[in-house]
Amino acid sequence: MTDQSWPLFEVFLRGKRGLNHVHVGSLHAADPEMALHHARDLYTRRNEGVSIWVVRASDITASSPDEKDPFFKPSGDKVYRHPTFYEIPDDVPHM
Amino acid sequence: MSTAEHDFDDSPYDLLAADTDEGHRWAFGTGFTDPLEGIDTSVPEGLDPGALVRYCLALGDDALIYSHRLQQWVAALPELEEETAVANIALDLLGQARLLLARAGGIVGQTEDQLAFFRSEHEFRNVRLAEHADRDFAELVVRLLLFSTWRLSLFSSLSSCADPVLAAIAAKGVNELAYHRDYAASWVVRLGDGTPLSHAKTQAALDALWPLAGELLRPDPDAPADVFDHSVFDHGAFDAVIDSVLATATLDRPTSAPLAPVAGKTGRDGVHTEAMGYILAELQSVARAHPDATW
Repeated sequence: MTDQSWPLFEVFLRGKRGLNHVHVGSLHAADPEMALHHARDLYTRRNEGVSIWVVRASDITASSPDEKDPFFKPSGDKVYRHPTFYEIPDDVPHM
Repeated sequence: MSTAEHDFDDSPYDLLAADTDEGHRWAFGTGFTDPLEGIDTSVPEGLDPGALVRYCLALGDDALIYSHRLQQWVAALPELEEETAVANIALDLLGQARLLLARAGGIVGQTEDQLAFFRSEHEFRNVRLAEHADRDFAELVVRLLLFSTWRLSLFSSLSSCADPVLAAIAAKGVNELAYHRDYAASWVVRLGDGTPLSHAKTQAALDALWPLAGELLRPDPDAPADVFDHSVFDHGAFDAVIDSVLATATLDRPTSAPLAPVAGKTGRDGVHTEAMGYILAELQSVARAHPDATW
């Protein structure tokens, strides 16, 4: 028997005061257009968003937990990569 | 639908700089507004209050009864996502019904609840299309397409009408109805232009519902001429939208005649189909059994 269920999409919202799209959840839809409608109906009911992105979950390439150490450990001891030795000008918001 | 963000009018940096102390987290939403804020609710001079009341009841009853029919679908739809979509639409219509019944009630000295729960069938002025029980999902979306296309055209004209309250209610409803129409049209196209089975079911739904659509376009004898002049209702725009959706959906526009009035009377005159009694029984029985209950 073939799988008749709709594919999974991941939903990203940008709130009115958000700077970037944030992952908020997932849903099922037949195609991206329907996914956008569903995202509006499921995830913006309480005035959360002003912009929606949807992406087919199968199109996301994710890092694997097995690679966690080689991926992320090497940056753990390089404090000089943080720009903490600079004064931030007053008119630069959200830093 | 764009794939990237081109929202220059709504720069997040400007918003951050302009307003940072509301104390709300973005995820919970802010900026809720009262559509009637600051509007004078007295009936404008020269308007016939009785006619305005009857007109608000007609539009309010359409929304109330239609909303009830959609609520009956909740927990019966094939996908959770569609269920939320239909529930959202039902809630939008219930909101419109509350505002319109409250407008009518404010003039005659009754509450919206009294009007919703303690009128009898012949006092309801909704069109018969609103009380139709959808037999399948195709009927749900076809009926919603007809209803929301008509109501969106109407509310667009009413948003500049002589009664400021009705105009504000209509202006609020326009965005809601535009979404309802979009939702319905996309499903009608998807099903009509889908498989042979979905096409056949959608065409059958259209054929079954078409006679009920005629009543939407009949002039409402009670519409106050200064509030709404039926002759300015844009039949052409209604037809153009329906024809364009049907063409894209590869459906044939039915040629059947509108459902005949009963002794010259239709839903607007309080003459309803058999379904209406069952709807009111369900809608009103609790309120009537416990008239002073609050919730």
